[in-house]
Amino acid sequence: MIGLSERIGQDRVPLAEPSGQWGRAAVARTLRNALIVTRREVRDSLRDWRIMAPIFLLTLIFPLLANEMTRVFTGFFEDNGAEDLLPSLLPLMPMIVGFFPVSISLVIALETFVGEKERRSLEPLLSTPLTNTELYLGKSFAAMLPPLLASYSGMAIYMGALILGEQQWRPAPLLVVQIVLLTTSQALMMVTGAVVVSSQTTSTRAANLLASFIIIPMSLLVMLEATIMVQPHRRSLLWVIMVGVLVAVILLVRMGARLFNREELLGRALDQFNLRWIGRTFWRGVRGPAEEAFSLRRWYRLSVFPAARGLRGGAAVVLICVIGAFAGGWIAAGQWRLPLDQFAANDETLLDNLRSWFDLGQDNPHLIVMALVQNARVLLAATLLGVFTFGVMGLVLVAVPFGILGFILAQVTMAGLSPLPFLLAVIPHGTLEVPAIVLAGAAALRLGSVVTRPPADMTASEAWLAAAADVVKVGVGLVLPLLLLAALLEVTLTPRVVEFVLTL
Amino acid sequence: MIETFELSKNFKDFRAVDRVTFTVAPGEIFAMLGPNGAGKTTTVRMLTSILKPTAGWARVAGYDVVAQPTAVRASVGVLTEQHGLYERMKGEEYLDFFARIYDLPPEVRRRRPRQLMEHFGLGDALDKRLGEYSKGMKQKLALVRAMLHDPPVLLLDEPTSAMDPQSAKLVREAIKELRREERTIAITTHNLIEAEDLADHIAVIRQGRIIAHGTFAELSGRFVGAPLMELRLTQHLNGAIDALREMVAIVETGDCWLRYRAPDPALTNPQVIRRLTGAGLDIVTLSEVSRTLEDVYLQIVAEDEGMASHDRSE
Repeated sequence: MIGLSERIGQDRVPLAEPSGQWGRAAVARTLRNALIVTRREVRDSLRDWRIMAPIFLLTLIFPLLANEMTRVFTGFFEDNGAEDLLPSLLPLMPMIVGFFPVSISLVIALETFVGEKERRSLEPLLSTPLTNTELYLGKSFAAMLPPLLASYSGMAIYMGALILGEQQWRPAPLLVVQIVLLTTSQALMMVTGAVVVSSQTTSTRAANLLASFIIIPMSLLVMLEATIMVQPHRRSLLWVIMVGVLVAVILLVRMGARLFNREELLGRALDQFNLRWIGRTFWRGVRGPAEEAFSLRRWYRLSVFPAARGLRGGAAVVLICVIGAFAGGWIAAGQWRLPLDQFAANDETLLDNLRSWFDLGQDNPHLIVMALVQNARVLLAATLLGVFTFGVMGLVLVAVPFGILGFILAQVTMAGLSPLPFLLAVIPHGTLEVPAIVLAGAAALRLGSVVTRPPADMTASEAWLAAAADVVKVGVGLVLPLLLLAALLEVTLTPRVVEFVLTL
Repeated sequence: MIETFELSKNFKDFRAVDRVTFTVAPGEIFAMLGPNGAGKTTTVRMLTSILKPTAGWARVAGYDVVAQPTAVRASVGVLTEQHGLYERMKGEEYLDFFARIYDLPPEVRRRRPRQLMEHFGLGDALDKRLGEYSKGMKQKLALVRAMLHDPPVLLLDEPTSAMDPQSAKLVREAIKELRREERTIAITTHNLIEAEDLADHIAVIRQGRIIAHGTFAELSGRFVGAPLMELRLTQHLNGAIDALREMVAIVETGDCWLRYRAPDPALTNPQVIRRLTGAGLDIVTLSEVSRTLEDVYLQIVAEDEGMASHDRSE
């Protein structure tokens, strides 16, 4: 037998660490390596009759059936004198023809990510020099390519049969482009969502259970698209939906690329819910360094203030959104003018109202609590909404009041009224309330978005718990005290200032 | 070369690997022995830059496992605990897939898989789907995959598990041959005979810690004492035994035989023979009682358990 040394010879591979810079060569290398993975995966899919049979049926048979249905519909509508409705209803058919094959991308994605993990064939792949990005891209392409090609083919067969057939309906090219792009964005959404789901499970069973988090929103989205599609004058909204879907895809790609890493994939006990660890990690995050006995001063110095400093980036985003909302409100006021110039109330009436409010506040200190509770409640709702929307809806909820402020201030100004009383009704307590809102908004944004890109030295769950601890620290340590002071000012000082200005 | 220092890995609150330090030089085989869940596979995964250490450091083939993961993975051939093959692929396609990932030149990509497969007696299986391979064939194919890019370092997790004795012997021979080529090899195994046969250095791992480390001779000397000699005579020892007690530590005696410890057999045994022949006794045999790695391993684990229970009671 010939020795191994003679067999494997001197063909050592040159070793190179990727520079981390995204030059053309790096992109080419990444794509080349990703496509090696894609080719293998696609070949594997093509050999699996459980994947190929439905793709074949949905690509070749289903479009022809849909074509026949279109003929029946057309005849039925024409026979009943409702042919005017046809341009509204018929575009649904190519949408359905395109969507069904694309839905298989979810199955392939779950299979290619979590199925491989379950069969333990992932580890040899993880032991190679392929980067996480190359693996992620390669597998994502593989999950998307066969269903997308099937979808495009299905639509082409459907359209071809329409054009070559006897039916009168010919979809407008822009509509076709719209449907193709919607289908593509849906496939992207399902695959990127499936990657996120797969990274959090160790079995296809668990992944299938979690897949409802993708299927349900996708079904709702398709229903919404269908509702818009049957209203031709509103079809431009489909572009907005497409942009929204692509934004979600970008966030999911970010999250998936971060979660699809060797550490997370081979981490232990992903399906287990370790309450003890969660509690301990969260509490450690809230308490901060625990070398010495707890003292409030140390907690602020070592835990609360550093957490607040860490929110600078998020605070800048919130501030930009708040300013943007204010400007947006101002601009909107130019379009929808309120008849403030016909408003009968004079300064004296306003003053009377203010006095009665002020008196009410004097007699009823509960107003302070009410103001505090109201603000805290809104910020809490923003935080909770942010958790489920990558922080986006939290940001919206925080920004909307500023849009309303901008809208009202613009109305007052455009009506020729003095904006001073209005400004003074906001500024005294606003000096404390706005920083509190910005801080809370930044913490909520981080809590919602941290899973899309956790710090390199943390897993997604650790990063989320750290962000949750920051929400509590900043919320209890800074936001609530600021809101309390703001509420005190709002009930005691602000009415006096406004009263003073109105009596001038 | 593999070097680790205080290498540790935590999974949440669980410490899977606890301050593991060892060095494996080129041309050496290092065996990690330990029960399931001892931390062997986690250590291998850290050495492959799949998992990041929580503390400590490791260098493989001169590359840092944290700072240079791609270079580490390009320098290492890994046989994973479960071979994890793609059952629908053919042997040839499978190896070509990995050869492309390792960016082997086309000529090498065509030649090497066939050569390695033939070496392991799988030349005829190249065209078969992996689903048709037997367990042993799959294990051999996984080993071929690990050697495909001619890595200077091999990390082999249970290299001969599921193999028939003939295939296991073939694989062991292949590993020894790779050692002769100055490759650095680390294996994890439950198979004590295999570790004894292959390893230059052995580390016994338990609950993430290395509880004993050294060559087989060092470990057996440390944990089961000096070599045990057995002497067989033609007649009863009678009074000669008292004279022998002054020279060696006698462990057991019978009618015509005795066992004694010889810290330095080359020095002690000739003296013993001289004394007995001088006393007119005829010696039939004098041989060392073979001690297996199993004896050593069980003793190491027992001592560690004893220490752990002592610590708990305190």
